[in-house]
Amino acid sequence: MEIGLTHYLVVSALLFSLGVFGIVTRKNSILVLMGLELILNSANLNFIAFSKFKGLNIEGHIATLFVIVLAAAEVAVALAIILNIYQNYHHIDVDEINKLKE
Amino acid sequence: MLFDFVFYMFAVIVIVSAMGVVFSKKMMYSAFSLLFTFFGMAGLYVLLSADFVAVTQIMVYVGGILVLIVFGVMLTSKITGVDIKTGTIGKIQLIVGAITSVIVAIILLYTYLNVEWITSQFQIEVPTTTHFIGFGLFTEYLLPFFVAAILLLVAFIGAAKIARRK
Repeated sequence: MEIGLTHYLVVSALLFSLGVFGIVTRKNSILVLMGLELILNSANLNFIAFSKFKGLNIEGHIATLFVIVLAAAEVAVALAIILNIYQNYHHIDVDEINKLKE
Repeated sequence: MLFDFVFYMFAVIVIVSAMGVVFSKKMMYSAFSLLFTFFGMAGLYVLLSADFVAVTQIMVYVGGILVLIVFGVMLTSKITGVDIKTGTIGKIQLIVGAITSVIVAIILLYTYLNVEWITSQFQIEVPTTTHFIGFGLFTEYLLPFFVAAILLLVAFIGAAKIARRK
């Protein structure tokens, strides 16, 4: 069977559900962030796959580049918040954090 | 034939290392599994003839985001390595999470496998996509490009301000 659009979509679906599983079940907020990265990557794979199989439409590539930029900004801000929370609580379990400052 | 083999290799790398990210007990192992996921994704992008995006993926994700995440792991865990484990989660939480993600996977796979996607018959062969991406970014997508640049600047200034020790 020739590799077509569906193959890439299946990979992206599995990646998305793994990311959802990571976000829902992890307690550590950095691991929640990693699950988020998996989900963003699966969205990027969809963009690029559809772009390729619509005759190399370049708009999917540009959307992917914007997603990568936003992921970088999001990770920077999220890690800054996590470091601040660690200074206050001395742990980063998302289950037990209910205040942003003391 | 070789193309199929390379595709399946990268797909297996991506899925297995994503499983490593999600299931491994230690945070550092998760971070290094994420490295392999990002490299596998770059390989898939190359197979989809998205060369510029693949290089961007490696430079931004592996060179930037992953380094930030590893810094976060090291700064927020005790040096002795005792507390580096992810912590045990409740049984109910685990079961509900597993059911949710399986339902999401089934819905997505059902959709992807049953919809008749409209794909174009002819494939355009270009030596590189960089020229077209640059052209697009500076004509049609000029405003989003500058907004993204300013957003990145604001986000990094904000991150430095938030993370600074008082």
